[in-house]
Amino acid sequence: MNPNAYLVLSGIIFSIGALGVLLRRNAIVAFMSVELMLNAANLAFVTGARVWGNLDGQTAAFFVMVVAAAEVVIGLAIILTIFRTRNSASVDEASLLRW
Amino acid sequence: MISSVIKLAEIANENSISFEPFVFWLCGGLAVLGAIGMLISHKAVHSALWVALTMINLAVLYVLQSAPFLGVAQVVVYTGAVMMLFLFVLMIVGVDAADSLVETIKGQRRVGILAGVILVVSLVLLLGNSFSIQAAELVNADSAYGGNVQGIAALLFGKYVLIFELTSALLITAAVGAMVLAHKERTSPRKTQAILARELFASGTYKGPLPSPGVYARHNSVDTPALLPDGSVSEISLPGPIVARGAVKNINQSDLNEVQIISEGLGLVSSDEEGDR
Amino acid sequence: MIAAVIALPALSAALLLSLGNRTNKFGPWMAIIASTTSFLIGFWQFLQMLARPAEERAAITTVYEWLAVPAAGFKVDFALQLDQLSISFVLLITFVGTLIHIYSLGYMSHDENQRRFFAYLNLFVAAMLLLVLADNYLLLYVGWEGVGLASYLLIGFWQHKPTAAVAAKKAFVANRVGDFGLSLAIMTMFIVFGSVSFSDVNEGVAGAPAWVSLTIGLLLLLAACGKSAQFPLQSWLLDAMEGPTPVSALIHAATMVTAGVYLIVRSASIFNASEIAQTAVVVIGAISLLMGAIIGAAKDDIKKSLAGSTMSQIGYMVLAAGLGPIGYVFAILHLITHGFFKAVMFLGAGSVMHATNDNVDMRRYGGLSKVMIFTTITFFIGYLAIIGIPPFAGFYSKDHIIEAALSHSWWAGAAVLFGAGLTAFYMTRMVVMTFVSKPRWEEDVHPHESPLSMTLPMIVLSIGAASMGIILTNNHMFEHWLEPVTGFVEPEPPLPIQTITIITLSVVAIGVLAGIWQYRKIAKVAPKKVSFVVTAARKDLYGDVMNEALLMRPGQSLTKVLNIFDKSVIDGFVNGLGLFTGGISSRLRKSETGYVRSYAMSIVFGTAILVIVLLIVRL
Repeated sequence: MNPNAYLVLSGIIFSIGALGVLLRRNAIVAFMSVELMLNAANLAFVTGARVWGNLDGQTAAFFVMVVAAAEVVIGLAIILTIFRTRNSASVDEASLLRW
Repeated sequence: MISSVIKLAEIANENSISFEPFVFWLCGGLAVLGAIGMLISHKAVHSALWVALTMINLAVLYVLQSAPFLGVAQVVVYTGAVMMLFLFVLMIVGVDAADSLVETIKGQRRVGILAGVILVVSLVLLLGNSFSIQAAELVNADSAYGGNVQGIAALLFGKYVLIFELTSALLITAAVGAMVLAHKERTSPRKTQAILARELFASGTYKGPLPSPGVYARHNSVDTPALLPDGSVSEISLPGPIVARGAVKNINQSDLNEVQIISEGLGLVSSDEEGDR
Repeated sequence: MIAAVIALPALSAALLLSLGNRTNKFGPWMAIIASTTSFLIGFWQFLQMLARPAEERAAITTVYEWLAVPAAGFKVDFALQLDQLSISFVLLITFVGTLIHIYSLGYMSHDENQRRFFAYLNLFVAAMLLLVLADNYLLLYVGWEGVGLASYLLIGFWQHKPTAAVAAKKAFVANRVGDFGLSLAIMTMFIVFGSVSFSDVNEGVAGAPAWVSLTIGLLLLLAACGKSAQFPLQSWLLDAMEGPTPVSALIHAATMVTAGVYLIVRSASIFNASEIAQTAVVVIGAISLLMGAIIGAAKDDIKKSLAGSTMSQIGYMVLAAGLGPIGYVFAILHLITHGFFKAVMFLGAGSVMHATNDNVDMRRYGGLSKVMIFTTITFFIGYLAIIGIPPFAGFYSKDHIIEAALSHSWWAGAAVLFGAGLTAFYMTRMVVMTFVSKPRWEEDVHPHESPLSMTLPMIVLSIGAASMGIILTNNHMFEHWLEPVTGFVEPEPPLPIQTITIITLSVVAIGVLAGIWQYRKIAKVAPKKVSFVVTAARKDLYGDVMNEALLMRPGQSLTKVLNIFDKSVIDGFVNGLGLFTGGISSRLRKSETGYVRSYAMSIVFGTAILVIVLLIVRL
């Protein structure tokens, strides 16, 4: 099995995640898309670990997972705070830093 | 069912047919399906569930690539913790807050899809030829440490111990940060049960439960008739022989007054059909 | 010792200007004492000089080393050269200067700024003495600028009069053009000779190529034209009459305007080496001679008429200086005699103005001989001197110039003869209109003789005007006196000297008679219907018109063009830069929509580009 296939899959999932960030207005769904992108990167890491025959890639993926978890915690807390003040979870609402 | 699957696996192993492509295409396809599902769902909760599907499939792929620890961790941490966190927040925010289909930023949809297509094409082209060597087996790597978990542990606490420690600090900071962010100071003292109840009744619109039996009873003797809220005598409260004997006591005026007060207070006087119970 | 001659008036001027009103009471007297002391020191130096044999008369005193740039070989000392030429000037300046200081005591007695006037007079005397005593061109330039400054300050002395301020500015600007020539000449001298002192330049001229002496000569001629009001820089002299009359007498008759002649005579070696430069000098002198006479003949303002006369007489001096060694001595001789008789006439004019309530229009004079005896007699002596009647001073100096001019070329001789006739004409006109004819006074004019402080200097000067000629040319004394400095060659005129004298005197007589005839009846208001010559002369022979057309209008157009250029191009460029930046920024800032998703779009595009680049590189 060609490991490049895994990379291609990772690329596809990454692009779909990017599209999600671009197209969805709900802040939480956009955040979910970011998580999707991180997962795609994890897949690439694991594939790399397999190809090179050592566990460094898996360790990297582990760390990515940990950091993603921490990031989700804070990100969701922020979204909650913004939701409390503005009563809206749309990313388009926070557009005051404009010209 | 399971036995047939195991049989299939044995056959494949004997003929050195690898099941890997099969699993890859299945799980990979489902993962992509889940991603697309997240993208196009209207309701946010649906998106979350589609993402969970993708993550589980990715976990399978990890296991497929000889990373069982990571696969389990993916299910436990990502799908279990992170996605649940998402769902909780969705709950707080409001599950039926759906995005309207109309795009607010002009041209975002078109240009966005274009960008996405460009990105996917270029990524696929770029990544399609990355690895020029065939997959090495990870058995050697694992056996050097005596297992995948031991291997990862050796790396985590060996080569990458500093990053590990930093990540732990990060996690603590994240937890504390979340608490700080989500905390809401009380600006006024908490209302007690008594005050809440008072406010409820003071609003005047509270239709509480109807008075339970015995509210209007003033006497408990057999021969004293019970009064209804409008002041009339309840026929069914008198036993037949007493009525036949004519031994019914008379009603006091004070009893009638009390009934009046209670009825008015309960707001029952003016127009009720609840007189007959 | 000779440095004290310059130092005393300079110190007096500095004190009077810096201490201000506190010196008002004794200021004028201090100035007069400074000027007199300078004269006495100069006279004593003169006597000492006379006692020495001719070869040892020149002496250079170095006061201090002024400028030195060793790397470039540039060294200029503050050194004073006392030789026969400079002592003659020193005596003239201090003597006439002191007399005019005394005259100013009476003339400016009612002016509240009298002290400032005397300060400026002292400043002028100090600068002029520095000019004639300098031993190098650079120090001469310092004195040159100093007298220019003093002239500006004194012409515009009555600052409240706009005409005076404008005239002062005009004088300064015209002088500046000449100064430009002098500075270029000094630079050329340094480049070619490596030094700017008189001795070094005189030695160096002999070995220098022809273009050097021609260039320096022409540049020095330009400088002389500026200072001495010769064509083409003559327009300022008539306007300079806006200043008080003592100023006109001292600066614009006797001394400052003669600085140009001094410069040419001092640079004799340069001019001797270039015939073309000499011819240019003669031509300029001839033109100015005739121009000044024609202008002076048509002016009704007595001071302007005298100014035209000054221009003409300096033309005589410049012409003589351009003739070479045959003329240098006579130029200086005429300069000295002119100093006396022109000063006496200007002082007389001031006296007449004083008597007629400061009226300058000769058409409203007339018959003043009856009322102002001293003024009339002194003025008349000056008149006889200027037209060249023997034995008065002008006869000796002018006649020698006519001889020298005739021995040079016929056209120079013709010019000076014609000029002599015109001089006689306009001077007779002036005397007739002012003193001899019937009174045409205004109602409130009651003429009276001037006080002693004014008449005494006039008397002294008239004695000089009468006698200087005979005394100085006795036994060719003056020629031998100046010979070691300028060189002297006896002129050889085509006609015998007596014939020339007779021709000259007859031309003068014709001029006098023409003047008397023309002005036997004088109108109170200048007639309007006159010949084109008179119209042109009234307009200064279109000197101002030409200046305006050639210099002022183009200058103004250039200024306008530059202004437009500055506004549209430079301002436009700078403002355009600002507008451009603003325009770009207002377009660029539209990208700051505030929407996270637009920013995400740019990130995604950037990533895509990166990936494509990687792809291309990989390929």
